[in-house]
Amino acid sequence: MKQMKSLFNLSIAGFVILAMGFFGAVKADPLKVGFIYIGPTGDHGWTYEHDQGRIAIEKSLGSKVKTTYVEKVPESADAARVLTKLASSGHKLIFTTSFGYMNPTLKVAKKFPNVKFEHATGYKRSKNVSTYSGRFYEGRHVAGLIAGKMTKNNVIGYVASFPIPEVIRGINATIIAARSVNPNVKIKIIWVYTWFDPGKEADAAKALIDQGADIIMQHTDSPAPMQVAEKRGKLAFGQASDMKAFGPKAQLTAIIDNWGPYYVQRTKDVMNGTWKSKDTWTGLKTGMVTMAPYNKSIPADVVAIAEKARKGIIDGSVHPFTGPIKNQAGKIVVKAGERASDGMLLGMNFYVEGVDSKYPAK
Amino acid sequence: MLEWVLPAILTIITASTPLVFAAVGEVLVEKSGVLNLGIEGMMVVGAIAAFAVGVTFESATLAIISGAVAGAFLAFIFGLLTLNLLANQVATGLALTIFGLGLSSLIGHSYVGKTFPGLPKLEITLLTDIPFLGPIIFGQDILVYLSILSVFGVSWFLYRTRWGLIVRAIGENHDAAYSIGYSVKFVRMIVILIGGALAGLGGSYLSLAYTPFWVENMTAGRGWIALALVVFASWKPGRALLGAYLFGGITIIQMHAQGFDVQIPAQVMSSLPYLATIFVLVLISRDSSRTLLNAPACLGKNFQPSS
Repeated sequence: MKQMKSLFNLSIAGFVILAMGFFGAVKADPLKVGFIYIGPTGDHGWTYEHDQGRIAIEKSLGSKVKTTYVEKVPESADAARVLTKLASSGHKLIFTTSFGYMNPTLKVAKKFPNVKFEHATGYKRSKNVSTYSGRFYEGRHVAGLIAGKMTKNNVIGYVASFPIPEVIRGINATIIAARSVNPNVKIKIIWVYTWFDPGKEADAAKALIDQGADIIMQHTDSPAPMQVAEKRGKLAFGQASDMKAFGPKAQLTAIIDNWGPYYVQRTKDVMNGTWKSKDTWTGLKTGMVTMAPYNKSIPADVVAIAEKARKGIIDGSVHPFTGPIKNQAGKIVVKAGERASDGMLLGMNFYVEGVDSKYPAK
Repeated sequence: MLEWVLPAILTIITASTPLVFAAVGEVLVEKSGVLNLGIEGMMVVGAIAAFAVGVTFESATLAIISGAVAGAFLAFIFGLLTLNLLANQVATGLALTIFGLGLSSLIGHSYVGKTFPGLPKLEITLLTDIPFLGPIIFGQDILVYLSILSVFGVSWFLYRTRWGLIVRAIGENHDAAYSIGYSVKFVRMIVILIGGALAGLGGSYLSLAYTPFWVENMTAGRGWIALALVVFASWKPGRALLGAYLFGGITIIQMHAQGFDVQIPAQVMSSLPYLATIFVLVLISRDSSRTLLNAPACLGKNFQPSS
């Protein structure tokens, strides 16, 4: 019983210290900006890049802001609790950086009409909730062109996470681009049904290479597939972050999520009182998606093709989903000369012609 | 068609080894009547310790030893809390996992983005060159051999030695074992430390050989799978080995199947080991004599001398 009591006291002490951390630093002047992350900041992927965005705010605005982050927040009632805490402790702008925070964000935003919320990758907005996401498929287009040119076996291996539109869009963008420069190229897809499990991601990459793939692409968060490609002397594309450290020879380029400019802009908007609820979905043009430096091993003519596409996407002359695009059944889904609408891209739930695998069963 | 069989088997060995270490360690611990739910925490701390030491001192041997020591260190905390302070084993084990994950990310912060060359593989001229069987039997790294050895070691210890008998006796009835003069606390502490070291080795394998880098939370639930395997194995080291390879095998084979466009829902495949565990649980709880045969009767119960 005595032990129980001391344990109880200890936990109370813990709460007090925690609370002091939360409320002790309240000062009137700097704008407080809060972040909640789904993963650890050290995942070297999705969360890492959001945290780089947070750091960009601090670097750019200095003492005018104070940022706070809470990492590893589950997409459950916990998210609402953490958000309420952030909002009630003086944070005026809060970024919620995972799809699953959508409903908690809206719920808490209703209770705090004076706090601005920014939800990544979602589609529900309200007066004080904006949404934003990157057009990562634009990066996939550039990567797909390089892959189509660089593959010797004509097999691209794709480590995929979950069959949601975001991931399907990436696969389709890749194969359309790759086939435009190399009609014989095929894509092999392995679904690992996780965003983050280095072991499983590595296993999938190994299986793909064992089955003949010589280029690995991934839509998962850890650098494991890149490392496998490096070890086996194959090529790969970095995902979310520059993964050159894990594959100095293997990494052709990487599709980098670059949230900094947007985060800084939105923070400034709040400071100037010009913040409005809106949806932002941009890519290479605004720099929300950028490409890592091309590997020196890529021949100049391939770099030229990639650069032409990248610049074309930026100036609007190139769109990764330009018709004619057929689905697997051979039916035209985007007519010649037309471009896929954002609505179709956001809800994409079919493979285009060129993907041989069956669409994953639901 | 057959040229992918060998690489697939090699990948299965890699995928199964961390589970073998962790599961066999937990079998030993549970045989003494202690339920340590902190495997995940001990593994992840083993992973970062091994990686940090391996990168800093560029020595695979030192790295492996530190992984084991770090796992044992975490287990020691568990031992102190549950054996000496009689804290609830379930709660302490869960806390140990949370603590281990936090501690490892704290230590690992400056190691994100670094790489380790991986463990050297055994190479015996002629033997390793034997087609097919050569690379499987004679071409692995030291930890793979160690994992198999640990299974035989624990099995031999539990069923062929006097000390093993004492461990099992304490697991079955700690009061009786105590009354004839065995130190329940001491024996359990030793066993907990060994279990922790084995979990630490499983973690080391992840960060040194499986995916030789460090990212937070890189065990990704393998500790929990190991825990399920213990029940699946009905507390027998040999069956734990079998279970680990079955689990690793199913994971890898379903990936290869996907590559060949054979559609088996991956969710079904990856839930198979858990379904098997539930099935085994149903079986053993149906027949109480079987339960008495295998599950340690004092599992999860704290021991307090009643004098």
